[in-house]
Amino acid sequence: METRNFKRVMVWELPVRIFHWINVLAIIVLTVTGFLIANPPALLSSAEATNLHTFGIIRFIHFTAAYIFFFVMILRVYWAFNGNQFASWRAFWPFSKKNWNNFWHVLKIDIFLLNEEKRNVKNISIGHNSVATLSYLVMFFIALIQIATGFALYADMSGWWLPKLFSWVIPIFGGDFMVRTIHHISMWLFIFFSMVHIYLVFYHDYIEGRGEVSSMFGGFKFVSETRLKKAAKFHDKEIEEK
Amino acid sequence: MSTNNEKRKTYYESIIKQGYSRRDFMKFSTYMAAFMGLESSMVGQIAQSLENTPRMPVIWEHYQECTCCSESFIRSDHPIVADIILDRISLDYTLTLMAASGHQAEAAKQETMKKYKGEYILCVEGSIPLGDDGNYCCIAGKTAKESFLEAAEGAKAIIAWGSCASNGCVQAAKPNPTEATPIHKIVKNKPIIRVPGCPPIGEVMAGVIVHVVAFGRLPELDRLGRPKAFYAKRVHDSCYRRPYYDAGLFAETFDDKNAKDGYCLYKLGCKGPMTYNSCGTIKWNNGVSYPIQSGHGCIGCSEANFWDNGPFYERATKVPGLTEEGLADDIGKVAAGVLAGGLAVHAVAANISKRKELMSRINRGKSNEKNIDS
Repeated sequence: METRNFKRVMVWELPVRIFHWINVLAIIVLTVTGFLIANPPALLSSAEATNLHTFGIIRFIHFTAAYIFFFVMILRVYWAFNGNQFASWRAFWPFSKKNWNNFWHVLKIDIFLLNEEKRNVKNISIGHNSVATLSYLVMFFIALIQIATGFALYADMSGWWLPKLFSWVIPIFGGDFMVRTIHHISMWLFIFFSMVHIYLVFYHDYIEGRGEVSSMFGGFKFVSETRLKKAAKFHDKEIEEK
Repeated sequence: MSTNNEKRKTYYESIIKQGYSRRDFMKFSTYMAAFMGLESSMVGQIAQSLENTPRMPVIWEHYQECTCCSESFIRSDHPIVADIILDRISLDYTLTLMAASGHQAEAAKQETMKKYKGEYILCVEGSIPLGDDGNYCCIAGKTAKESFLEAAEGAKAIIAWGSCASNGCVQAAKPNPTEATPIHKIVKNKPIIRVPGCPPIGEVMAGVIVHVVAFGRLPELDRLGRPKAFYAKRVHDSCYRRPYYDAGLFAETFDDKNAKDGYCLYKLGCKGPMTYNSCGTIKWNNGVSYPIQSGHGCIGCSEANFWDNGPFYERATKVPGLTEEGLADDIGKVAAGVLAGGLAVHAVAANISKRKELMSRINRGKSNEKNIDS
């Protein structure tokens, strides 16, 4: 029994991590305040309306988080064109044979939990696996739906041009009712996604043992030495030994 | 009818002939300017237009409807609206109020359509059934669709009065047995002003029609074809109970203390936050009140499909396509529970299926631990 040698590889660069964690925070805040706005709890207060602004504050937090959610997404799109190979839009491109081979592999091994006779280390994705990229792509479009419907509902209250850019959304659906319904239902998709996402991150960390969870904090994942070029191995070794 | 053969009088002449004074006329012009949201300098322009413009011929059609739009219109708060605008303006043809009937009435309509081709305004109250060859609504031997297309052909512009003509309203609610259709889906090549509401506010109707006759063009419309002057704001955004909403003070039931204190009706299903109308500013019955002021939430009557947009007295998100028990949060909670269960099963199954791989890694890790040097 031989222990495999691993190298530390910078997979998630700082902008990706910043995007990830701000996005996490924004989604949590948006979901919680969104539920409160949809179904506000009874307020036990005898104060006059003049002296209270509770619901206004909840809405303010929701709108602020929405702006942050929107701008951090722009940052991520920018980084898809400037980041490393794992952040690049190419990593998310679904129309390649390689991608679908990996997709079926992940589906077989990680979702349906089958075992391979002979393990090929190259089947393990260093960055996102193909099932993950597809789910992020879907979430990206759902996020666009949330942004469009959310800002469309917000546009009439705003004097700024940015939310007003989305005011064309309302007439498409005939009115606020349907737009609000879509906004509310899409939020549930974020909840479902988050559950599966968190579970699978834990699962991969547990099954593969390459630091999947910690990678989103430090940016490093452990990659089998055999997957690196020879020259890199020596170079890395010198540094490691110091 | 008889007016068709005379030289057309101006609105002002008609108003004076009815026994109103110039003072009444100026007051009326001022009212209208205020309803349209125009600045005071425009009052003179309205007055001047009404003095010089000959009466515009109007055909007012009634299809699948309850006539509540006409009822609302004749109750709008300035008497000149009912006396002159409705009386004079729609004298050409309107089933409810015209004196003529039968062949005589139809002949008058044909004459107006011929004589003022391209000039008359077509007002439509009610939706048009397309199911079963349109036989659900027939007037004078013609189906509503035939009659509408005939009248629309020579119209300068079309005004869709009320939710029936604008959105289909109750007869278009699921399952819509007669295939009731709003008019903008039938005629595409004419300017259409949509004035939704069940009914629309009388002053809004008067404002729209006075705008058309006074300025000779359509009022500024939003993307859904509604006049911006009256449909640019949500009922919620102009609601006098809005401070309670912002404070988070809500009535929980219709008979609790909060409701009596006039708290926001949001949790009782008020649809004001999604409904565009002027109820909060112009109000009803000569500005006396409107539903929310009377303690009842808005039901969103001026919005599309308002009968199918979930319960009136609950704040709930309905999943489109599901008719019963289709509330998004209930489905979401169940789905999240099932998903969590599925993930737990997957976690257990993973430990069983991957036990060899896991055990070998654990053993390697343990042996490495034994060999720690420093």
